Amino acid sequence: MIELKGIGRSFQVGTEAVHALQAVDLTVRGGEYLSVMGPSGSGKSTLLNIIGLLDRPDSGLYRLDDVNATELNDTQQAAVRRHKIGFVFQFFHLVPRLTAAENVELPLILAGVDPNERKKRLDQALEALGIADRARHRPDQLSGGQRQRVAIARATIMRPGIILADEPTGNLDRTSGNDVLDILENLNKEGKILVMVTHDPELGRRARRQIQMFDGRIGSDSGKSA
Amino acid sequence: MKTFDVLRFSFRAATGYPARTLLTLLAMAIGVGAVILLTALGEGARLYVTREFTSLGTHLLIAIPGRSETTGGPPPLLGETPRDLTLEDALALKRSSAIRRVAPVAIGSAPVAWQQLEREATIMGSTAEMFDIRQLSMAQGRFLPAGNPSRGSAVCVLGHKIKRELFGNSSPLGERVRIGGRRFRVIGVIAAKGQSLGLDMGDIAIIPVASAQMLFNTSSLFRILIQAGGREAVPRAKKTILKIIQDRHEGEDDVTVITQDALLKTFDRIFNALTLTVGGIAAISLAVAGILIMNVMMISVSQRKTEIGLLKAIGSPRSQILRLFLSESALLSLIGSFLGVVLALVGTWASLRFYPNFPVTIPWWALTSATVVGVLTGLVFGVLPARRAAGLEPVEALSRR
Repeated sequence: MIELKGIGRSFQVGTEAVHALQAVDLTVRGGEYLSVMGPSGSGKSTLLNIIGLLDRPDSGLYRLDDVNATELNDTQQAAVRRHKIGFVFQFFHLVPRLTAAENVELPLILAGVDPNERKKRLDQALEALGIADRARHRPDQLSGGQRQRVAIARATIMRPGIILADEPTGNLDRTSGNDVLDILENLNKEGKILVMVTHDPELGRRARRQIQMFDGRIGSDSGKSA
Repeated sequence: MKTFDVLRFSFRAATGYPARTLLTLLAMAIGVGAVILLTALGEGARLYVTREFTSLGTHLLIAIPGRSETTGGPPPLLGETPRDLTLEDALALKRSSAIRRVAPVAIGSAPVAWQQLEREATIMGSTAEMFDIRQLSMAQGRFLPAGNPSRGSAVCVLGHKIKRELFGNSSPLGERVRIGGRRFRVIGVIAAKGQSLGLDMGDIAIIPVASAQMLFNTSSLFRILIQAGGREAVPRAKKTILKIIQDRHEGEDDVTVITQDALLKTFDRIFNALTLTVGGIAAISLAVAGILIMNVMMISVSQRKTEIGLLKAIGSPRSQILRLFLSESALLSLIGSFLGVVLALVGTWASLRFYPNFPVTIPWWALTSATVVGVLTGLVFGVLPARRAAGLEPVEALSRR
């Protein structure tokens, strides 16, 4: 469960302070599917980064599964990211020199998982996302859709409860974009929280709960009552 | 993260950018190789000199008339002329148990003539024991006969160069040469041994010491060569020599005794200092290699910003990123150092092949310390880039492609 209370975050751009987030309150319960929409600069990516513990809020309280996440130190936050959160990025962020399989395996390696166990989980993940035949290809030999599948496999291999997707289809054509979205929604059906940032209203409407952001505030929240 | 996986990840990262990695390795290899090779050259020079000195003879002491050590005080008001060393002084030394052999040396210059040929040469007066002390060997005939040193017989031994100039290829044995107007029968020719301590043994004629003193009309000796009973007997021999000569010279301590060991030690010190200096200069190239590693790793960090951001996003704490980047520079410097060792080995092998007389040897301490310092350099200079990588803000690192 994600609980944000009075979250504020500002950046210094030149001499001006830009308020990316201002007093944002948000609660996301287990198994929810949430899309965050809004024009660029409205703070939706910053919100996602704060939920994902990639960024620290200047003010407010963030509780993740009843733990005060804002008070954790670097190592503890890294552990939370490792075990509870999976990221899917617009630009995939695959390591170019590693093969698809090695990219997927990376979180397991960083976590120090035993090689036999690694192999087992890796095969499962590649199979599940239909990229087993591409396992030994490097990212530059894969199509955009395939790259994003590899990225999703990487995001889910540690079996996190939360998937955070930042414009996951932003670099894909419509067909592969829909494929990727189907995969993400299937993950949600398995019980994972899915938070997706997008500027495409059509995609955003597929989510059960939709949030509109304007100038660092939540403008509308279709699921606030729920 | 498992250590093996850290190493594998770093290795893959290094091989992922081959040009960059090869250049770094090259710099490191040259740095480490230069340190090892130059110390090996210094060590070779030291061994070379040591070997040359040992060829003078072993456990050698040289007594020279006069005190040549300065004491630092003002010169005495009344002139203190050193007493000469005499043949009797030399013979008296033989009584000590610390001394095995004694060879008095009287030296002068005189023309050596046979038939119509005449040549100016160094004439050395000595005894039969000179042969063993200086470890000479004969090309023809025999050396001066043993016998009473104070009785001079009219025989001489020629250096190989003089022999060739006077006699050509024919045998000189039994022929009579004139040395300074006196006739000497040639009984032997010294084999070519080269120059030792500035005295060309080929350009010399050796006659009995008493004959030389008669020839040059003197009772003094140029110096006395003494061979001690063994290596450990050298200091005792030195003391005994000083004592005996002092007793014979009415209590005046007026000779200087040089031991071969002391000479050797001096050269040893000089060459050690030289080796260290040269090694130190080479160490600069090692530092340069270290800075290059730092630069390369810095570039690598900015090139791989996204990757670092991603590692953080999928759960790497700062400490892990630090470890990954440190192990990468450690790996680079380790492999580089190893290549440097190989380079040095090839270098010494080549040097030995082309100059077999110059014993270039890699001292083990240089090998290990250069390798250790090489790896440490990589680690130390790797800290800054690794810290920069660990300190990157993930949001910023991931923001743009």
